[in-house]
Amino acid sequence: MLTIEGVVIEQGDFRLTADLSVPSGGQVAVMGPSGAGKSTLLAVLAGFVAPQAGRILWNGTDMAPLRPGQRPITMIFQDNNLFPHLSVFDNVALGLRPSGRLGGAEAAQVRSALARVGLAGFEARKPATLSGGQQSRAALARMLVQDRPLVVLDEPFAALGPALRGEMVDLVAGLCRDRGATLLMVTHDPGDALRLGGDLCVVAEGQVSPPMPARALLADPPETLKSYLG
Amino acid sequence: MADRAQPLNLAVWAGGLAAGVILALTLGTITAVLTRAEGAFALAAGDLAAIRFTVTQAVLSAVLSCALAVPVARALARRRFVGRAVLVTLMGAPFILPVIVAVLGLVMVFGRAGWVSTALGTLGLPPMNIYGLHGVVLAHVFFNLPLATRLILQGWLAIPAERFRLAATLDMAPRDIARQLEWPMLRATLPGAFMVIFLICTTSFAVALALGGGPRATTVELAIYQAFRFDFDLSRAAFLALIQLAISAVAALLALWVAVPQATGGGLDRTVERWDAARLGLRVLDGASIMLAGLFLLLPLLAIALRGLPEIATLPAGVWAAAWRSVWVAGLSVLVTLALALSMTLAITRLGAAQWGFATPTPPASICPKKKPEREGFPTWPVAIRRRCAVARGIEAVGYLAMAASPLVIGTGLFLIVFPFADPVTLALPVTALVNGVMALPFALRALVPAAQEVEARFGPLADSLGLTGWHRLRRLTLPRLRRPLGFAAALAGALSMGDLGVIALFADPEAGTLPLLLYRLMGSYRMDQAAGVALVLLALSLAVFWVLDRGGRVDADH
Repeated sequence: MLTIEGVVIEQGDFRLTADLSVPSGGQVAVMGPSGAGKSTLLAVLAGFVAPQAGRILWNGTDMAPLRPGQRPITMIFQDNNLFPHLSVFDNVALGLRPSGRLGGAEAAQVRSALARVGLAGFEARKPATLSGGQQSRAALARMLVQDRPLVVLDEPFAALGPALRGEMVDLVAGLCRDRGATLLMVTHDPGDALRLGGDLCVVAEGQVSPPMPARALLADPPETLKSYLG
Repeated sequence: MADRAQPLNLAVWAGGLAAGVILALTLGTITAVLTRAEGAFALAAGDLAAIRFTVTQAVLSAVLSCALAVPVARALARRRFVGRAVLVTLMGAPFILPVIVAVLGLVMVFGRAGWVSTALGTLGLPPMNIYGLHGVVLAHVFFNLPLATRLILQGWLAIPAERFRLAATLDMAPRDIARQLEWPMLRATLPGAFMVIFLICTTSFAVALALGGGPRATTVELAIYQAFRFDFDLSRAAFLALIQLAISAVAALLALWVAVPQATGGGLDRTVERWDAARLGLRVLDGASIMLAGLFLLLPLLAIALRGLPEIATLPAGVWAAAWRSVWVAGLSVLVTLALALSMTLAITRLGAAQWGFATPTPPASICPKKKPEREGFPTWPVAIRRRCAVARGIEAVGYLAMAASPLVIGTGLFLIVFPFADPVTLALPVTALVNGVMALPFALRALVPAAQEVEARFGPLADSLGLTGWHRLRRLTLPRLRRPLGFAAALAGALSMGDLGVIALFADPEAGTLPLLLYRLMGSYRMDQAAGVALVLLALSLAVFWVLDRGGRVDADH
């Protein structure tokens, strides 16, 4: 279970408070107007930014002393998810070992992760030769080998067309469900939130609301969400 | 949360150490010279003349370079012709052209027995004299006219195309366009170009050594050399070194004040579309400007090629030995530059990286503010962050100190430090390599620091979230992403060191020097044919070193 306990993030005039929890295996969309602090919330979870107050716990353990690489979190960014100078295989292998030197069965693990996301045979390719959807798939393959219990995505498929984006949301949701991973995804599109089929957090007016069932929330949105959805 | 990973601190320590080495080499060596100096400091009449000459020739060189560059840049901005791209590229080449090679070429064209004098002779006119003030200025214009042209051309191409279109729809005459569009641009561009060239010319040594000299044409740098080499008058050398430092510092501060433009090198392949410039008179004017500039820049090199080619096969073995020494001195300089520049770059990048637990509204290349508007909220930031930025700025500033430092002073200081322990002559080549490496550092930093900050901004978060730290981060992320700027920095360091005639002239054994020193000695004894052959070899080696290293950074680089 992910517990965000009395967290306060302050940067100059900006202030965001969060107090909520997400059960293990939950799938939560995070929505809100631009500049409300969605990405900042994820950056705090991932350990890039320290909160001014409060604690973030995973299964009861405080994550504060952990570096981003040590946290039980896989992070997928809006872009720059792959190193352009490394092959697809090497990019995925980084999820297992930062040194890139794989031992024993690990190479097979990378290959099967690539096959799982539909990229079998793409091992030697450089990211620049892949389409946008394939690049997203490669990042998801790395998520698979990292095998961490919490998956955090920051508008991951924003550059893809609507149909492809839906396909990728299904893929990532399915992969997380298979391994019981908890999923948090920032998105601008209510369709993505519905597709995810789980809960929805609204980040607006300096507050992160606790997750509520997305379908119900979108059918009858509160004032803050309504003005955002238009 | 801050100061998380140990390897980060290692990078910062290495950068600090590199900065310390440079401080020791620049300021430490002056101290070494000062402590050995005896007697009171007083300006001799010759010293005053040297200061006056240094400033005069630098002002003249800068004014002439800028003034001549305006018509050339204007012509390049508004004309499209075959070979334009090649010409613009060539305008970047003098930077890596060995000074002594260019001087020889200029002597062959403009000297007493040169092409121009010969032509004048057939008309019954007296030959030209290239030695003295006008020779020094001529050589400086040769080197800096292309630089000024590129800087001003940048200014021209930065004027939005829409303005020229608007001018065309208003049927403006060239005179109106000059007043409305071009003068304002020149007023903004020229002071910066002037200051850069002025700064470069104040530290001129090799040109003054070859074409100046005597009481009327000695720069401060040359006076340092003479005080040390001929009189072994250390107090005078030290005092002159301080004067040189003061001149460079004042020039550098002035340059900072007028906001020096950066020669980015890219994006000059465009031309400005001009509907007013189709007149015959303007076309002739532009054609003549380009032609004359091209001839001025290419004839000296052509003279060397024509005279040097037949000599190459018969060059004595000593030349090839000197060439070999030059190559390994250049190689050593490259290593020095890369080691210093890389450790300083990593430290600067790390200190300014956003992943110190303090987030800015948008993740920038470096959280440390560079420009004034970005500094607005800065004083309210946490003390630890502001201190890190101060350290980063300090390290970078030390790197640029080499701009203002005199290589001759560093050389003299090292000589004095080494003297009690070893014969300086045997260490002449390593010391030369070290000093040359430090001299290339500002250029290497200028290429590397922005690139490394970009890598950190783009890929830092991903690397952090993957736990890619320390050595693995360097090997798998930073170095591969920095291949191009590293190759370019190495290429510059290699070519600059290859063509350097500075420290090597101070205390090398004349029989075991580098190619530029050998070339200088051949010129001194008027063996011009052999000199041309050696110049050709030196030129080819410098270009080859540049090309190979720069290319090494480009091949197979993914971007």
